[in-house]
Amino acid sequence: MHLPVSTVPATSPNDFVAEHVRGIPRSGIRDFFEIVQSMSDVISLGIGEPDFVTPWHIREAAIYALERGKTGYTSNLGLLRLREAIAEYVSTTYHVSYDPTTEVLVTVGVSEALDLALRAILNPGDEVLYHEPCYVSYSPSIALAHGRAVAISTREADEFKLRPAALKAAITPKSKVLLLNFPTNPTGAVLTARELEEIAAICREHNLLVITDEIYSELSYAEPHTSIASLPGMRERTIFLHGFSKAFAMTGFRIGYACAPAPLIDAMMRIHQYGILCAPIISQEAALEALRHGHNDMLEMREHYRKRRNFLLYAFREMGLPCFEPRGAFYLFVGIKPTGKSSHDFAMGLLKQEQVAVVPGTAFGASGEGYIRCSYATALEQLEIAAPRIARFVGKL
Amino acid sequence: MDALLNLLEENALATHETLAAQLNTTPDEIRKHIKQLEKDRVILAYKAIVDDERAKRTHVKAVIEVRITPEREGGFDRLAHRIAQYREVQSCFLMSGGFDLLVFIEGNTLQEVAGFISEKLSTLPGVLSTATHFNLKTYKQQGVLRQKPETEQRLQISP
Repeated sequence: MHLPVSTVPATSPNDFVAEHVRGIPRSGIRDFFEIVQSMSDVISLGIGEPDFVTPWHIREAAIYALERGKTGYTSNLGLLRLREAIAEYVSTTYHVSYDPTTEVLVTVGVSEALDLALRAILNPGDEVLYHEPCYVSYSPSIALAHGRAVAISTREADEFKLRPAALKAAITPKSKVLLLNFPTNPTGAVLTARELEEIAAICREHNLLVITDEIYSELSYAEPHTSIASLPGMRERTIFLHGFSKAFAMTGFRIGYACAPAPLIDAMMRIHQYGILCAPIISQEAALEALRHGHNDMLEMREHYRKRRNFLLYAFREMGLPCFEPRGAFYLFVGIKPTGKSSHDFAMGLLKQEQVAVVPGTAFGASGEGYIRCSYATALEQLEIAAPRIARFVGKL
Repeated sequence: MDALLNLLEENALATHETLAAQLNTTPDEIRKHIKQLEKDRVILAYKAIVDDERAKRTHVKAVIEVRITPEREGGFDRLAHRIAQYREVQSCFLMSGGFDLLVFIEGNTLQEVAGFISEKLSTLPGVLSTATHFNLKTYKQQGVLRQKPETEQRLQISP
């Protein structure tokens, strides 16, 4: 017996995709990645993760957790021991106190924490202000949470800092959130305590909530890092996001956390408990080990990054492309305007002619045009090969 | 120049230019510092770390725990120096615990090593006893793992 054929007109599978998802562009990095994948002998300065393997004692802690049969769920918020260690670490490092029982949430990387924070606080149409060039996921994450992404351009002349005047100019009655990321991926910009004070004052005046992504905060090379959450009157209006990926070279563990006043953590936890349930227990055990005994590993890796940064800065200066000295993270954001090429053409030409991969600045927002991002989370031996190749490419332009 | 020493300990063949770029100084400064470090014997030598198994060398290596009598005035130093001078001795340390000197030796054959211990080391005045342990296999030497780390698994481009 044949069922009657539906009379509904045929649709393409694409029509089933939600409108707000359809509007989200593919990551510019994605296309570039696929070209790089198809080539051999490429030296990549395009990698946004540490080149170090997770320190052995941290990996060993994960193995030990498996051996002891730690393979179940944990509390939705995460292991209490880990939350206690996080609260203590945040208190001693960033000088702001959170109650581990109600104000700390362990997440699957900062990516999940950011998504939770946005979904927990945004009503459709609420505006989220953020500084650009910035991490690739900010604008899409805001859109997926039905917010409106409002980019504030930062300039090399300002050392890619968020200027109070620029922030003020972007605020409207619909502005609800300011999203900060200092040290910044991709520019390596930082804000000093004094500069943060000015930003904080504007947030208080306009009743903005701050989401601060401090994933690179341990990797600060100049002045000690200050968190906006530690400034007077800011703890109550700040969601502090951090994780283990960069400082402890643990990207694949996918482990991060959020700290905020209890009602905000509770709201985030309600989304987290239905969507994720909990972060993987093995990663949580590894994270605990990182906080307890990983400090020296972090310092050692930071020293390596600092020396490589110096090496790359010198190399670009030598080839006539002086660039902003990054104060944190592990990226050099190099202005290539003197070459007359667009970011995309420069990166593509460099890849095809010299087999060196960098990321076009436009992957980090429109204000990244005229720049390329070079990661110095790359072994010095690789940088030593890459630098003359880039110089040769620039010399031919 | 602790930072310079750290870099040289990682790779003594790094060029002066590369070292200078990393440490924010000039190749000339680096050259001068290294000369000084060598002159002050802070840097004792530059050597390659060789995997004997891959180099198909059949050296015999052993570690010897040596108990000695400290001498009036000289303490352990004079006898330790005498032992350290032998060509067969690769390293020699004064230790705390159940014995005094830990001596690392290397020879071409078992006979050569045994001969050194029984004829030279044990017969030195002041040497009370020796306990010899032969190396069977090397996993890590001077901070370098024998096994090659797995090739890079990172994505070529990531945000």
